[in-house]
Amino acid sequence: MASVKYKNVYLKDYNTVVGPLEKESRLRGYDEALDDYYFHEKTFEQAEVKMQNVVIDNILKKNCLKTSEVDLLVGGDLTNQISVTNYSAKNYSFPFLGLYAACATFPESLLVGANFIDGMNCKKVIAITSSHNLTAEKQFRYPTEYGSPKPHTATFTATGAAAVLLTKEPGKIKIESSTIGTPIDMGIKDANNLGAVMAPAAASTLATHLNELKRDVDYYDVILTGDLGCVGAEIFKEFLKRTYNIKTKKHLDAGCELFLKSQDTYAGGSGPVCLPLVLFDKILMMKKYKKILIIGTGALHSPTLVNQKKSIPAIAHAISLEVID
Amino acid sequence: MDKEEYKKLVKEMSPKENRLKNVLVAFFVGGLIGFLGEFFLYFLTSTFAMARSEAFLWLCVTLILIGTLGTALGFFDNWFTKLKCGLIIPTTGFAHSVTSCALDFKKEGLVTGLGANFFRLAGSVILYGIIAAFFLAIVRVVLGG
Repeated sequence: MASVKYKNVYLKDYNTVVGPLEKESRLRGYDEALDDYYFHEKTFEQAEVKMQNVVIDNILKKNCLKTSEVDLLVGGDLTNQISVTNYSAKNYSFPFLGLYAACATFPESLLVGANFIDGMNCKKVIAITSSHNLTAEKQFRYPTEYGSPKPHTATFTATGAAAVLLTKEPGKIKIESSTIGTPIDMGIKDANNLGAVMAPAAASTLATHLNELKRDVDYYDVILTGDLGCVGAEIFKEFLKRTYNIKTKKHLDAGCELFLKSQDTYAGGSGPVCLPLVLFDKILMMKKYKKILIIGTGALHSPTLVNQKKSIPAIAHAISLEVID
Repeated sequence: MDKEEYKKLVKEMSPKENRLKNVLVAFFVGGLIGFLGEFFLYFLTSTFAMARSEAFLWLCVTLILIGTLGTALGFFDNWFTKLKCGLIIPTTGFAHSVTSCALDFKKEGLVTGLGANFFRLAGSVILYGIIAAFFLAIVRVVLGG
């Protein structure tokens, strides 16, 4: 059984920092915004570390938390050796678990945090994730100033960081249940079409979640996938219909919801921070949805293995959230 | 759904690139660079009474300088994304590739960063350019050129 229901896990508070392009996007409720990609630091990697530290510090300050009160810091990012999160975590004396699930890192950290609260008697857990367009470009594609032409199926890594405080005591949002996804490889090798790589993983996790918890797709007010992008979102819906016979009109994709059309970001946004930014700074701001299923989608893409002609596997994890009035 | 069926679905649902438009953009931009280059050659040969071979070297150096400056000042990547192969294929593309690598890795040290990564993209151009030149030279010798 990949799905777990939680008794008392709440998302008490969240904090987000967004990049310069995201500041001008469809997001509204962010806490801070960067004026440029350096964020007063010397390199893009150091800027990303600073973004993570800012959101963690804000969470600690707003909730009057002492370092000793945090039982666990959990999270990750896109860089090799999840170095940004490691360098950010070293500035605190919290017990720390680093995770990597590419762009599914946010739900994976919520999932790990929720399990530690529900089963391991932790009281307060901070989940962290971030991405930076230019560290990701350098890591997975070309040098940042190269700017090669991209096809319309490519997505644009969002810049930002999000930290979340998970607690046992009741808060704004209940973490109701979660489903751990299985890695799925449908033989796609195109690193410029990661939406197509991830769509089957998202569909599989959604089907498992509904099946194991015996729910209909209409149980949720909205199903928010992570970063399939506008092209991947359409493939997801078609794949879901053909393979699992599930039809839904309540699906939104964070990648497709993030940027304005005029911002010219190909098929939309991506990156691990894309899902929390759209969830916190757009979907929750609308105060329209109560039962929200988030499905983080991660392409487990390695440039080395793609160059070795291997196809790209993907993973998706789902978290069911209930907004409390 | 098996992998083959899925690949078909992805192909059907992914937007097609407008290749004709890309080819035309590249053709005219690349052509414009060639035209300006030719004009500059004419200017050098007529104004400074240079030999065409010497003027050609000056032209190459000037284009490389413009490409490098454009990259360093931060606007060449945007042009590159829009103008595609029109800017990549001429020597401006080569200059851009090494400068963008240098800018990216300069903070990682002159040897371990900049030096080690300078020809990250341009390395293939140099290697296969030399190999191609070698074989073409043989062809030329054989044909008695």
